[in-house]
Amino acid sequence: MAYPKRLDGRKFNETREIEAKAGVIKRADGSAMFRIGKTVAYAAVYGPRNLYPKFLQNPREGIVRVNYAMMPFSSKGERVRPGPSRRSKEISMVTEKALLPVLHLEEFPNAVVDVFIELPQTDAGTRCAGICAASIALADAGIPMKDLVAAVSVGRVDEQVLVDLNYDEEAFDGKVADVPLAVVQRTGHISLLQMDGEIEKGQLINAIKLGQETLKKVFEAQKKALKEKYHTEGGEE
Amino acid sequence: MNRLKSQIIKGLEQSLRFDGRKPFDWRKIEVEYGISKNAEGSARVKFGDTEVFAGIKMSIGKPYPDRPEEGALMVDAELSPMSSPEFETGPPDIKAIELARVVDRGIREAKTIDMKKLCLEKGEKAWMISIDVVTINDAGNLLDASSLAALAALKNTKIPRLEGNEVKYGELTDEALPLTKEPIAVTVLKIGNHFIVDPLVEEEEAFEAKLTVTTTDGIICAMQKGGDGVLTVGDIEKMIDIGMKKAEEIRKHLKGSK
Repeated sequence: MAYPKRLDGRKFNETREIEAKAGVIKRADGSAMFRIGKTVAYAAVYGPRNLYPKFLQNPREGIVRVNYAMMPFSSKGERVRPGPSRRSKEISMVTEKALLPVLHLEEFPNAVVDVFIELPQTDAGTRCAGICAASIALADAGIPMKDLVAAVSVGRVDEQVLVDLNYDEEAFDGKVADVPLAVVQRTGHISLLQMDGEIEKGQLINAIKLGQETLKKVFEAQKKALKEKYHTEGGEE
Repeated sequence: MNRLKSQIIKGLEQSLRFDGRKPFDWRKIEVEYGISKNAEGSARVKFGDTEVFAGIKMSIGKPYPDRPEEGALMVDAELSPMSSPEFETGPPDIKAIELARVVDRGIREAKTIDMKKLCLEKGEKAWMISIDVVTINDAGNLLDASSLAALAALKNTKIPRLEGNEVKYGELTDEALPLTKEPIAVTVLKIGNHFIVDPLVEEEEAFEAKLTVTTTDGIICAMQKGGDGVLTVGDIEKMIDIGMKKAEEIRKHLKGSK
């Protein structure tokens, strides 16, 4: 079965519509909302703050904890039970690893930075949306960072390599591969790579390159969100 | 008396609060419907900087044996660690449980939903309604905001299509929930000899006693007293009057659930 045209009419290198906003949660030290198509992620950052119990503290560098959660009513199917699942724990872990390479952890020894990600509405690509939101929120919180991280899923549907698969494409009746990918802005280095489905090596490399290219637009959206927040705040004061 | 509390009382003696409001002023209230397209109904409520999401998921189940002709209602609340530095990850603590139960009692006891209409087959098959509240930002008064969000989400709900016992999620019919009442929760705090509504976080740290009064059509359908202090009968009378009067102001924000 061929896939000559995407189900929602997008070009193969085109993401769904993106919206990003910084500073959406007042209590948090930093926060962001990131929407890609119908997938919506909120991220809030608290810290650096004291870490207890004390034996968890690292005198050499700070630690980052990520907690990813889908709201119980956010999914297309049945209610999602609140609380951690095997899936949400794994996503929290890989999100943490995706963000780590850009953080100057040595600047806050013994402390912790908590990143909370919540999704009120989901349509595939949730971990990538969470990473995009978290990256903005960390910058908004003033956590020392080398760079931004952005993420998008890439992959293949039938013989076609493409970016940002939506739910219907993931469920396509044919050969599908879904490859969540996080990239560090300036170096293009990859900090998250997962994949499920089936794909050949050549296709995968093409997909990753397509992802790196596509994420340039996402970085622009992230930077715009941060600039807009600090612009308005400056204007008011 | 701690410093925060004496500061608050000093202000209240001149009918003033930290954010410039009078004792019985609400912050700006905003209700937005349909904020999560995968839920059967959803709403976002803001009281100033306080923000909560509520969503409805429906499923098919067996009615409870003691109520074979009725559907069922479940309310769950999460004080997301995203919304305050005070909240932690992990199973719901007593504050989250109390919040869920107060929201639940208001909706249940007011007979907000005609549960009999949710029964499809006596003793065998009925709609189960799950209301989930998730806090996004805690700037005080999560309780009143959560109650309003839960009600708004119910008003926004469309029943999904059913094929036998299978719910076709994502395929909503035009049929709304059989709602008969609109219970509104108003929490009145007592600080010193003063009463206030819609508390800020600082005020929630300094109060002696509070009373959440949930009312509909002039009837009280649920109450919850909180705090370490006590109330006199006179206090309770006053707090109920305030709660009922202020509920009508919230009700105005519920128009137009589309």
